[in-house]
Amino acid sequence: MRGLLLILLLLATPLKAEEVVLGLSRDQVSISTNFDGSEVIIYGAIKREVPIPQNEPIQVIVTISGPQAPITVRRKDRVLGIWVNTDAMDVSAAPSFYAISTSAPWQQVLNEADDLRHNVSIPRRIRSIGAWSQVANPQEFIDALVRIRMANGLYVLDEGAVDLRESTLFNTAIQMPANLTEGEYATRVFLTRGGKVVSKYETSIEVRKVGLERWLYNLSRQQPLVYGLLSLAIAIAAGWGASAAFRLMRSG
Amino acid sequence: MQIYLPIAEVSVNAFLLLGLGGMVGVLSGMFGVGGGFLMTPLLFFIGIPPAVAVATEANQIVASSFSGVLAHLRRKTVDLKMGTVLLVGGLIGAALGVWVFNYLKSLGQVDLLVKLCYVVFLGIIGALMFVESLNAIRKTRSGSAPKRKKHNWIHGLPFKMRFRTSGLYISVIPPVIVGILVGILAAIMGVGGGFIMVPAMIYLLGMPTKVVVGTSLFQIIFVTGFTTLLHATTNYTVDMVLAVLLLIGGVVGAQIGTVIGAKLKAEQLRILLAIMVLAVCGKLALDLLIQPSELFSIGTAGGH
Repeated sequence: MRGLLLILLLLATPLKAEEVVLGLSRDQVSISTNFDGSEVIIYGAIKREVPIPQNEPIQVIVTISGPQAPITVRRKDRVLGIWVNTDAMDVSAAPSFYAISTSAPWQQVLNEADDLRHNVSIPRRIRSIGAWSQVANPQEFIDALVRIRMANGLYVLDEGAVDLRESTLFNTAIQMPANLTEGEYATRVFLTRGGKVVSKYETSIEVRKVGLERWLYNLSRQQPLVYGLLSLAIAIAAGWGASAAFRLMRSG
Repeated sequence: MQIYLPIAEVSVNAFLLLGLGGMVGVLSGMFGVGGGFLMTPLLFFIGIPPAVAVATEANQIVASSFSGVLAHLRRKTVDLKMGTVLLVGGLIGAALGVWVFNYLKSLGQVDLLVKLCYVVFLGIIGALMFVESLNAIRKTRSGSAPKRKKHNWIHGLPFKMRFRTSGLYISVIPPVIVGILVGILAAIMGVGGGFIMVPAMIYLLGMPTKVVVGTSLFQIIFVTGFTTLLHATTNYTVDMVLAVLLLIGGVVGAQIGTVIGAKLKAEQLRILLAIMVLAVCGKLALDLLIQPSELFSIGTAGGH
């Protein structure tokens, strides 16, 4: 009876050669006052209805992407002996955070065409439509953006960080830095063979402020005047408090 | 201990912020400067977004100046009358300054203008003060008493007023003009303006150094309080957690600074302030002259 049910269940799902079954160590990251980064462990299995194809090995790519936001990249140049911002390029959307983990070196896991189709690599995640009209060499600006964010640990490409066993079980740990912004972090898993994407799975991790952080943030946006006055009141109270405390200390 | 700042959206070391606040607080209490011209670049350096740094700094200055003013009030070294006159000018100037700032923003390159403003004003004020206080120290060493009360064209102006605490009987026009000029510069440069106000009161108005510090702090409280509210309601860039950490260090530092300031001679106080102003000026000038290691920078969208 149980066997029959399993067969029926398998028949009911659309027939696909290889599919991802995914687990996350957490699907929510809470930013509290003492937040200093978080590690998300992504693990899963590859489900098959057919024997493992032997032609080329299966590879896994895991990506986590922070919310997309428009930014401006500026370049300094020497004018009359001093360094000033001369050129600027608007990037219509760049993720605030983007981490890629792969099970093998980049060249072996994904080809150019599928990267273009699924926007997997770091430069592909950055959209800069219309940038050609602003500066002569936009690629230089995009490269600089990637370079700066990589140096800050916001963009990460970790080749070989996905541990793949028996072409079936995989897991990886992605380190999220302390300076995270709030939002939905799109999490994607790609299975590739010979550089071609054979299966794709998407979910999301929610990053949000909690407790005092949440309360202060909401107050500053919804009641800015109250927030401003509260800030001033704290400042005045602290100034008075310190003064009074010192007077006590010196007289006592 | 790492603390996540809700508005700045970065995580920083709490003790580092307490230390920075304390250090700037000591200077604030000693010299009557808000310390914004030192703190704001330091905050940029530890990774706080510039807009948040400028706005939050204003909030912190309110606290350290208030703490400092209370200490000065007890010692009766605040000229409330002069402070009010300067404040009237300062608020007019701040409003004008915001207007000038927005006009320059529409022309572009406002960043550069702010930096050049810093270099030029810090350079001029620092150099003048340094030379003057060096001369004063030499004179006191050689024994000749410094000439304090000078009669010049300022004393010929109408609307005279008696400023008892400062021991002055002068027209209100020069203080109001000084207030306006400082207000304009403060709004453009995003600081309380103490480092311009203090020398202006000493050299232009001829106020005694001991009174200058308290009076400057008194006027800074209102100007920066106004700025804080403006930033909180228009740009949402005041970070309360950051402000609290800075001001805990700041208010304690300001009290210590006031005690140190009372023990030093006026000329020594002025020469130390001059050296500090020149050091910041030199650092900013070098940043403009030396090729940066990274030519590119990332900013929020909009505004070139």
